[in-house]
Amino acid sequence: MLGYYFWLAARSLRRNAILTALMIAAIALGIGASMTSLTVLRAMSGNPLAHKDDVVRRPQVDNWAPARGWNQNDPNDLPNLFTYQDAKAFYDAQKAKYQAIMFPNVLSVEPANREVKPYMATVLFTHGDMFPMFDIPFLHGGGWSKAQDDGNARVAVLSRATSEKLFGAEDPIGRTVRLGGEDFAVVGVMNYWDPRPHFYEVSSGGFQTAEEIYLPFNLGIERELNSSANNNCWQDPGQGYEAWLASDCVWLAYWLELESASDADEYKAFIDAYVTEQKKLGRFPRPLNNQFHTVSSWLEGQRVVSRDVRTQAWMSAAFLIVCLINTIGLLLAKFMARASEIGLRRAVGASKRQIFAQYLTEAGVVGVAGALIGLVVTAGGLAGLRLLYGEDGGATGLLARLDTTMVIVTALVAIAASIAAGLYPTWRACGITPATQLKSN
Amino acid sequence: MKDVKPIFSALMRNKIGVALIVLQVAITLAVVCNSVFIILERAERVGKPSGMDEANTFLIGSGGFTRDYDIKGAIRQDLDLIRSLPGVVGATQTNSVPMSWGGWGTGIDTQPMDPNGERRAKGSAIYMGDEQAIEAFGLKLVEGRAFGPEDVMELTQESGITAKSIIVTEALAKALFPEGSAVGQQVYGIANDNGVVTIVGVVERMQKPWPTSRDVEFSTIVPLREGEGSGARYLIRTEPGMRDQLMKEVEAKLVAANPHRIVRDDRTIETVRLEAYRGDRAMMTILIAVMVALLIVTGAGIVGLASFWVTRRIKQIGTRRALGARRLNIRSYFQTENGLMIGMGIVLGVVMTYGFNIWLMQNYDAERLPWYYLPLGAAAVFALGQLAVLGPARRAAQVSPAVATRTA
Repeated sequence: MLGYYFWLAARSLRRNAILTALMIAAIALGIGASMTSLTVLRAMSGNPLAHKDDVVRRPQVDNWAPARGWNQNDPNDLPNLFTYQDAKAFYDAQKAKYQAIMFPNVLSVEPANREVKPYMATVLFTHGDMFPMFDIPFLHGGGWSKAQDDGNARVAVLSRATSEKLFGAEDPIGRTVRLGGEDFAVVGVMNYWDPRPHFYEVSSGGFQTAEEIYLPFNLGIERELNSSANNNCWQDPGQGYEAWLASDCVWLAYWLELESASDADEYKAFIDAYVTEQKKLGRFPRPLNNQFHTVSSWLEGQRVVSRDVRTQAWMSAAFLIVCLINTIGLLLAKFMARASEIGLRRAVGASKRQIFAQYLTEAGVVGVAGALIGLVVTAGGLAGLRLLYGEDGGATGLLARLDTTMVIVTALVAIAASIAAGLYPTWRACGITPATQLKSN
Repeated sequence: MKDVKPIFSALMRNKIGVALIVLQVAITLAVVCNSVFIILERAERVGKPSGMDEANTFLIGSGGFTRDYDIKGAIRQDLDLIRSLPGVVGATQTNSVPMSWGGWGTGIDTQPMDPNGERRAKGSAIYMGDEQAIEAFGLKLVEGRAFGPEDVMELTQESGITAKSIIVTEALAKALFPEGSAVGQQVYGIANDNGVVTIVGVVERMQKPWPTSRDVEFSTIVPLREGEGSGARYLIRTEPGMRDQLMKEVEAKLVAANPHRIVRDDRTIETVRLEAYRGDRAMMTILIAVMVALLIVTGAGIVGLASFWVTRRIKQIGTRRALGARRLNIRSYFQTENGLMIGMGIVLGVVMTYGFNIWLMQNYDAERLPWYYLPLGAAAVFALGQLAVLGPARRAAQVSPAVATRTA
């Protein structure tokens, strides 16, 4: 029977070829536009540490100016980085399972292999706890210990690409790498770690590539560096690096991992106690308003997903709705125009159920065709985005790729949407009584 | 006009069909108005001049390897070398350029800084530059003087900013000193320990490094030269047409002159601009594409529905014709009907447009939609509807009165 309905649907659709094309094109365009923007939105909204979301935490404290908050429009938008003294105090307390302070910079690399020209590499100065905390996969070796952190050990962890660039395919553990005019022992090589978004440091954009080299945090302080991402002050820090470290300027990321999610209240109380204590010393002039983010609430609060991408998603959703309304209208008109035919079929014995099946099949055929073309439009739309935003620099360009999940979702949404669009017209078609139609003929 | 009432009553007998068109028109109006608003806002930003001579200027960076790298010697040597090349109009060491999305900023005030933050200073960008800064950036000096070599101070962590003079943009000068000239005036917020610096010159225009920043033309050039560290960035302006050739030459000569460093990141300011506004351009293209597709789909949908309605009413039209209605009456019937539906769509659309705009304002700090967008958008959507119904209405007018006498 279904085969017969398909044959009928094909016949009917062919009879009004232009109208059919219009419906299929509307569904394909609507689906293509919304799936294109949803693909980007989904890629941007990712949480690389979703499996540890309740235990990996990012505190935020408000050390900003008495009369002017970090964001004057939103009192709950706090400084998104830490001062050295606060991050250091939290780290030194060692209250969590893991804790790490981090900041990015760049250093020159002088390869031992003379065939590779010296270059500037992005470096993350961090504590060794970061590696287990962020579940960073290693190809060779591993991170460094707290003892090595405390002892200012000259150790380095390399990204896999950096290791291959400097040492080829061989295992570089135990070899040295010359960075910023100083030798470091390679202790680990990561195995492709490049989280999107770059959740741990979002102060200068959420989607840059992960750093090429990782060095102990204290060595960055020893070199008297500040962050290459963002350094923010609400008052003059004064001169010299000592003054910089003692200032209320924010420039450091601080992350920790709790033993279990149930320790969250305890750690939050520790932060509150610390800030209250500091208030007695004249710091933290603003009301007590500490936040204790999970990775997901942190990404949400930092608005990592760009405003443009969200706007595009809303616009294309509106477009899809218009396309579907359009299809409903056209199907309705089409089915009602065949009222006499339906009346005749009912009169010669077709049940409502059979009419329903027949017309829903027709709507479904439109949906499948729309879904297939919609997939092509989505692929085209994503290629267009890569072209517009550029694949190297922009996050949107980088993330505009179709994956299997989105292909399946696109197809299902298109078919579901067109069947939904077909339901009302079909229901109306079933409601046609044989008698009135036959009479008017 | 007397026909409107019966047409309206007839429409109300097909409520679902009308509702579909009304909803479609309303969403179309909301999307079109908000899109055009965003597109024009972006177009304005993208079109703003940076103040620089963009076509003839490029950047090049240098980074030493060692911790005891002689940065001061290197900068002096590099600048001497670059400035000696034929075709170079000006060169300076700097920290940043307009549109580069990375740089320094500070609050500048005519009074000592208020540490509580109650008094808001003017948020300005800070550019490092020396006696050739104005030539290198390609700025237009409208008042006062450029820096002399004696103005230029070395910048180290220990020294802080010891410069005594600054050059500001006209926009910043007017904001700080609304009455009278800014030249010769002293301001706070740049020098160490809440000290003052003197404005010695005013340039016509120079944008901040962040194109979306508020008061994007509040910029200050401070006569500073890197005094420590290992990295330096040079901005070089050439005679027209010589940029590309000099870029290669400068890179080769810098590499040859000092092997203890890396020469990198040479970029033209045209590239900087292209990258700075890539997102805005992409957004404009995407919104235009969505808008055009939406108008086509809505228009085509109206054509399709109107055609069906004409087909269904052929007998009725024939009867009217037989009873004396002229072709014109038939046409105007369908056009009035269309106008009524679009009109209802516009009413709903106005509500949706403002709702969407208010939502955007609350969530994305968008601006309020200017009122004139609505009548313009409404007129466009109305015209689209009338255009779409033109074909079907004309076909309806061709229906012969004889149809009335036939059985369907």
